[in-house]
Amino acid sequence: MNILVFVNHVPDTETKVKVGADGKTIDPAGINYMLSPYDEFAVEEGLKLREKFTGEVTVASLGGDANKETLRKALAMGCNKAVLLKDASVRDSFAVARSLADFAKELSPDIILFGKQSIDYDNGQVGSLVAEILSMPSISVVVKLEINDGAIVAEREIEGGHEVVCSTLPAVVMAQKGLNQPRYPSLKGIMDAKRKVIEERAASFVESKVEVLSMRKPPAKNPGKIVGTDVSAVPELVRLLHEEAKVI
Amino acid sequence: MPDTLSFVPTESMLMIQQTARDFAEKEIKPYVMQYDESQEFPLGIAAKLGALGFLGAVFPEEYGGAGLSALDFTVLIEEISKVDPSLGLSVSAHNGLCTNHIFMFGSDTQKKKYLPDLCSGKKLGAWGLTEPSSGSDAGGMRTTARRDGNNWILNGSKTFITHGSVGSTFVIMAVTNKERSKDGISAFILEKGMPGFSVGKKENKLGMRASDTASLIFDSVRVPAENLIGKEGEGFKQALTILDGGRIGIAALSVGLAQGALDASVKYAKERQQFGKPLAEFQAIQWKLADMAMEIEAARLLTRKAAFLKMQGVPYTLEASQAKYYASEVASRAANEAVQIHGGYGFIKDFPVEKLYRDVKLLTIGEGTSEVQKMVIARQLLQ
Repeated sequence: MNILVFVNHVPDTETKVKVGADGKTIDPAGINYMLSPYDEFAVEEGLKLREKFTGEVTVASLGGDANKETLRKALAMGCNKAVLLKDASVRDSFAVARSLADFAKELSPDIILFGKQSIDYDNGQVGSLVAEILSMPSISVVVKLEINDGAIVAEREIEGGHEVVCSTLPAVVMAQKGLNQPRYPSLKGIMDAKRKVIEERAASFVESKVEVLSMRKPPAKNPGKIVGTDVSAVPELVRLLHEEAKVI
Repeated sequence: MPDTLSFVPTESMLMIQQTARDFAEKEIKPYVMQYDESQEFPLGIAAKLGALGFLGAVFPEEYGGAGLSALDFTVLIEEISKVDPSLGLSVSAHNGLCTNHIFMFGSDTQKKKYLPDLCSGKKLGAWGLTEPSSGSDAGGMRTTARRDGNNWILNGSKTFITHGSVGSTFVIMAVTNKERSKDGISAFILEKGMPGFSVGKKENKLGMRASDTASLIFDSVRVPAENLIGKEGEGFKQALTILDGGRIGIAALSVGLAQGALDASVKYAKERQQFGKPLAEFQAIQWKLADMAMEIEAARLLTRKAAFLKMQGVPYTLEASQAKYYASEVASRAANEAVQIHGGYGFIKDFPVEKLYRDVKLLTIGEGTSEVQKMVIARQLLQ
């Protein structure tokens, strides 16, 4: 099976993000970057598919040289090949998807895996857009995936439950937490990854359709209120939750 | 291989660090106190360590190892030991003692026979030098090996052997010629289940309780002649070389334990309020943290320097002893101060520093006491 996984290089989940001086990008100073967690599920699923069907897992990422760190991690987990689609511009989801689709077309994969969203800008659109551009079925928020004879049965997470859908390969599948438990890169994997060459090529140029005007942090939360510290405070707490906060 | 020691970690060092950190946080941390209390060796975790290549970390791929450098290895041991020094000890001893002894001095046949299962963690390795009546004075060994046709007959016992009861492959030093003193000691590979070879008492310890420590008993154990490692009479010299490398492992373990103590102390100092402000705002606490951080960094640099020299293939006995001595003493002070910063909460098992305070005591004792390290250092200066 020819498996393609797209991954993104995003700020660590523990980062305290600051808005940059231009007011519309984040300040990159002091930020540690990582393989986006949902993309990690996608990588794991790609590796599991290869274990079942044999074949090859190619991992690709669009961005600058820094993205190599994330590609290297995916290689250490066991991906066969890594490709950096080099690009320094700020792109919207469409412009990213178009370039990824251009690359995917060349590779003609049986399946394209994404995380359900990158945890940086959280648009959650790129996977579906790539599917649309390539006229492939698109299945998002997947927590279970079974493939037999080119037929897909997938479970999607929906509000309050799961939805079971079927489709056919080739398709785009977007991973949700719960799909699998990503493996740790083994030491051998890390040492092998060190020797592998990350292929670099220029990402196709695509103009964005959406421009970011400004970015701001949400207003600071109001401090909590201590109603009391023993059981006698319960009636008052219930009254406040009911009448003021209106949550019960 | 780098010929300069850089302060900037390589990409693979960072990845090894991150992997070991993630693994320790998720797969070890939740169970640390459970194994400490029950004093049970965590076979399940050891199997996972094996699957990730931690148990064959420094050996070449042809034997199923991961091919890490000595420097990479210090990073690995440090990260595991931050969370559980007992498992840091397991990984360090498995790699650095038994497996390394066969790798460095074994024949091709021995390497092909034993290394793959040791590197994969299918079998755990143990190394036997210490005896009930000879610790630091390893020359006073009483275990004997007598040649009998195509076999050696081993009699005696070993004590305080890491992986003694869970190990399957053993490297055992025994006297083959009493008259020749240290040059009359030879090293043998023993396997679990050889007739006459049994495991004695499993020790009930102050710390490092998840690490398996037991005595070994040899009652006329017939060991095939092909299990002699290297030449007859070279065992003690081999053992000293192995201990040099092992000391870098204990130094890295010490750095990890100390860093774990500091991290826990920083976290606690920020959270704990006294007299209306966090502990971290009191200079008395700040000074403790500053001293801990500075000493840990110095210990780390000494450790990495010793590892770097080892990678270069130049003598590193002096630096390994300096690193082991200094880092273990730093770790002792750090664990002590960490408990002090935690106050009463450092004395109970709900916070991690109580365990570190117990675990750390091994580090100034095992693989050569601090006093022995000073002897080694002085000998290097005065020779």
